[in-house]
Amino acid sequence: MSVLKSIFGQDVDTTSSTYLGKPTSRVDGPAKVTGGAKYAAEFNVPNLLYGYIVSSGAARGTIRSINAAEVEQVSGVVKVFTHDNAPKTAYLDRSHRDQIAPDSGSPFRPLYQAELEYSFQPVALVVADSFEAARYAASLVKVEYDLKPHETDLRANLGKAHPPTDTRAGYVSAPKKPRGTPDEAYAAAAHKVEAEYSQPIEFHLPMESYASTAAYGEDGKLTIYQKTQGVQNCQEYVCSVFGLSSGDVQVISPYMGGGFGSGLRPTYDIYLSVLAATALKRSVRVSMTRQQMFSFSHRPEAIQHLKLAAREDGMLDSVTHTAIEETSQNEEYLETVVNWSGLMYNCPNVRLDHQLVNLDLASPADMRAPGAVTGLYAYECAVDELAYQAKMDPLAFREKNYAEKDQNADKIFSSKELREAYRQAAARFGWKDRPLEPRSMKKGSDLIGWGMASGSWEAMQGKAAAKLVLTADGKLLASSATSDIGTGTYTVMTMIAAEFSGVAIEDVTFQLGDSSMVYSPVEGGSWTVSSVGSAVKTVCGELRARLFKLAGKVDGAPLGDATIEDLTFANGAMHVTGNPVRNVTYTEALRAGKLDRLELDTTELPQLAKQATHALYSHSSVFAEVSVDEDLGTIHVNRVVSAIAGGRILNPKTARSQIMGAIVWGISMALEEEGMLDDHVGRFMNHNYAEYHIPVAADIHDIEVIFVPEHDEVVNPLGAKGLGEIGMVGVAAAVTNAVWHATGKRVRSLPVTLDKLL
Amino acid sequence: MINFSYSRAGSVAEAVGAKGKADGAGRFIAGGTNLVDLLKENVERPCAVIDISRLPLKTIEEAPDGGLRLGALATNADTAYHPEVQRRYPALSRAILAGASAQLRNMATNGGNLLQRTRCYYFYDVALPCNKRQPGSGCPAIKGQNRVCGVLGTSDDCIATHPSDMCIALAALEAAVRVSGPRGERTIPFAEFHTLPGHTPDIENTLAPDEIITAIDLPPSPYAGHSVYTKVRDRASYAFALVSVAALLDLDGDTIKSARVALGGVAHKPWRLPEAEALLTGKTATKENFLPVAQALFAGAHGYEHNFFKIELGKRAVVRALQLAARGTAAIKGVNGQTADA
Ligand SMILES: Cc1cc2nc3c(=O)[nH]c(=O)nc-3n(C[C@H](O)[C@H](O)[C@H](O)COP(=O)(O)OP(=O)(O)OC[C@H]3O[C@@H](n4cnc5c(N)ncnc54)[C@H](O)[C@@H]3O)c2cc1C
Ligand code: SF4
Repeated sequence: MSVLKSIFGQDVDTTSSTYLGKPTSRVDGPAKVTGGAKYAAEFNVPNLLYGYIVSSGAARGTIRSINAAEVEQVSGVVKVFTHDNAPKTAYLDRSHRDQIAPDSGSPFRPLYQAELEYSFQPVALVVADSFEAARYAASLVKVEYDLKPHETDLRANLGKAHPPTDTRAGYVSAPKKPRGTPDEAYAAAAHKVEAEYSQPIEFHLPMESYASTAAYGEDGKLTIYQKTQGVQNCQEYVCSVFGLSSGDVQVISPYMGGGFGSGLRPTYDIYLSVLAATALKRSVRVSMTRQQMFSFSHRPEAIQHLKLAAREDGMLDSVTHTAIEETSQNEEYLETVVNWSGLMYNCPNVRLDHQLVNLDLASPADMRAPGAVTGLYAYECAVDELAYQAKMDPLAFREKNYAEKDQNADKIFSSKELREAYRQAAARFGWKDRPLEPRSMKKGSDLIGWGMASGSWEAMQGKAAAKLVLTADGKLLASSATSDIGTGTYTVMTMIAAEFSGVAIEDVTFQLGDSSMVYSPVEGGSWTVSSVGSAVKTVCGELRARLFKLAGKVDGAPLGDATIEDLTFANGAMHVTGNPVRNVTYTEALRAGKLDRLELDTTELPQLAKQATHALYSHSSVFAEVSVDEDLGTIHVNRVVSAIAGGRILNPKTARSQIMGAIVWGISMALEEEGMLDDHVGRFMNHNYAEYHIPVAADIHDIEVIFVPEHDEVVNPLGAKGLGEIGMVGVAAAVTNAVWHATGKRVRSLPVTLDKLL
Repeated sequence: MINFSYSRAGSVAEAVGAKGKADGAGRFIAGGTNLVDLLKENVERPCAVIDISRLPLKTIEEAPDGGLRLGALATNADTAYHPEVQRRYPALSRAILAGASAQLRNMATNGGNLLQRTRCYYFYDVALPCNKRQPGSGCPAIKGQNRVCGVLGTSDDCIATHPSDMCIALAALEAAVRVSGPRGERTIPFAEFHTLPGHTPDIENTLAPDEIITAIDLPPSPYAGHSVYTKVRDRASYAFALVSVAALLDLDGDTIKSARVALGGVAHKPWRLPEAEALLTGKTATKENFLPVAQALFAGAHGYEHNFFKIELGKRAVVRALQLAARGTAAIKGVNGQTADA
């Protein structure tokens, strides 16, 4: 194992900020490493019952019988819930749709009907007075099915592909009409590529399994400790599904052991824990097994067809990109897959098409950089193929076709330092020495290859609120109902609050993960800093204004006739800039106003008018070196350099961790990950960490992360674009392009396992 | 709750007695790294668990014939790092270290390693049929996800592999398994220890249900200078072998006096073919001479949808391993394809 490196230098903020832009360790680090941080399955309440989920062994058919009554006789068992006896929940599909659900699907309802929807779906919940009893009794549950034929094979069902009929917030459908005349341009072009790329189903698989501890209060109110990326989304869902009033349900999720999108929508453990708790009027915990972590969400399998063409001089002239993805029978999972191909490089003639095939599988779900990772894997590989056709260096090809505006929407970018990202990453990597021809570099029995790709992700902002409580001791408590899925939300929000309130960072606490806090959208899509962070910034501005007003009441008027613009707010005090003696501490200001606390909140909305005229995106430029054993096909990724243009970098330390993790995941996608579906039984077979491969330490070598400076006043008040997704986009393409450069073989189906190179 | 009795054996005789009494429904537990997983998956449902981990079978000592005797309860880690194992049986040391993870090797024992069960996905998933787990229920792997399954010696009832790395080196070294039972002690040659699936894939070896492994005997070996374990897998560590090769050469200059080749990841037992090895006797150690050995080893191979590649990969791995062996044990540390450390 070699060292993971990163170079800063450029990314340390040069504006006169106190905290932002400075590498800052996680404020929740000590709690996490000492076990003080509690996760959903660790909240113990008195008289807790334990629910163990029984999963179906078949994909399609009808449940004929379940020996529930028999299992209820087992010592310790309180109840066995099945579709036969589960209390009825809301009738309408609408009531089961959470904030992230497609607009008009029928979300999966556990224990709702005898009809099976997919293999491994929950079919019973055994509730007992100990986990062991529940687990044992669950092993005695016998389910008999009348089987029906199922369809889980995307390729075999391509004939059923259809354009999406549904919509969902954030989904940008492919343009209905082509831009220009892609067919004519393709026919006339000097250089052409036509190829199909496929990728398997991949799973989120966070370390922490989903768990829900529904504490049933004496007053019948529910406090639910839940693993989720959106406490308020879960709270609304539970109220709507179970007909509970919002005052009676509180959802709490202070920590999350990874989400990656799997917890954006309420997972079936919360449905089952609430179902059991309300039916039994007892507190109930339901947690998933590792195997069940393969049973409710995934990145959809995709088969993509690309036709690209360039003119003699290497100008990109035609793009046709069709992506076909699977979804479940009950919902159309929608992610933006092909639009990126009309955006990345200049091209006058573009046709984009996104289609779906309904299969007997669980609904897919957003998974790190959903859509972009898929679409740009295929597109960036095809671009590499085209550049080689044109006998051009793939970086030179991209620079030549650099897009100065978003041609899909005909808008200029709010900022786009991708050119600089190319320059810095290429220099660091040593790209200029790359031979154009594949199979040009060798070391012992290994072939060496260099590949690159670029990526893009939307810089989104949503409505969000933040609340502040400043107390007489000068301490500031900030909060919002967002979550920290491991990305460092606690830390960055603490930094933002300290920066803009002028309270020293040691005196600032940020709280999140409680549905009773002020509004926040789910944490996903890299929009938390931009949405919640902007709200924190704004409310801090309001706090300063209030404190300034109060300061006027302080005896002797130390600030004189200074206006708020004349003041510096820092270390829990305001002073006349350049004259620190003329100051008022926040404590003094509160005392002067006869207040023991100051409480205020605000809701921040995106500045739509400003944003609407611009295209808002982050960008990446990724370079990879692989070595491939020529005889055995084993691949090692020796090094990766990634330069990110992601707006202002608020915390370079956690930012770098985000990008490094994303690069590891990109390597994983390129070389290892595959949900192995047995279409005969309609079931994933490698449902554990031993057989579903993700990289181990020995697979990961040098990784360098560069942040290029990017100034952006449009994207949001912080100028930060969010970094959760962008680091992964393009990595799989860079690695597979490097494999081609090493071997001369284009492997167009992921993962590139060694057998595909023999 | 699943009730099983737990007893701690104070002696080999006591262990054997308890196992005999449990009448097939008892299991010894040593390191527990395989048995406990299988208990959790409801694949193993013993009514008696007999803890043998404290029996005095942990030593690694000189054997009377000049070889080495590995206690059944010596850990995989202690065995791999034992100076005499490293010096005299380097392929064994490297095979062990190519397996699992450091934590697992610290727990896993030599006896348990021999008796670890297949990693066939279907064997682990009790919602589905599997002839090995439930005789007569069927073998979904034949038409299913069989990347981890075998290509040699398979049957219509089971195509699973034995997943051990250690056993591949033991097979090449012609180790012998010492066992003890109510009928006394006996020694089983390694080639006769594991069995092919045939019509009884639930039977994996020739150990009787009331017998215990006490030790593994390594005969004196002339191969230490040219010993290799090459493991090809889907990631650099913590993955079972797609194909692995233990290759041992006894060289006189460039001329091969004798050779041993054993294959892992391809069959229900470590795969050896003495006729193929004999092709090398008296030949020079060159790629041209290694190729026919690879061909011969895989002559009867039969691939399935997701593992056809193992036939070609296996041949190449054999050639690679023999080439590395020819270069000498000392020369090949860290060379790609000779994955020494997991
Ligand atoms: C995630 C994972 C990855 C792994 N990767 C690899 C790998 O890459 N390569 C590899 O070779 N192995 C690998 N292993 C397997 C590991 O090597 C075995 O689990 C281990 O060797 C078993 O030894 P144990 O002492 O823990 O056996 P236990 O689990 O205690 O026992 C296994 C079986 O052997 C029986 N048994 C144990 N000792 C005796 C005895 N003395 N006499 C009679 N019966 C006995 C038990 O009854 C039981 O049936 C992996 C395991 C795991 C969990
Ligand atoms: S190959 Fe053997 S272990 Fe695997 S499913 Fe078939 S019978 Fe079971």
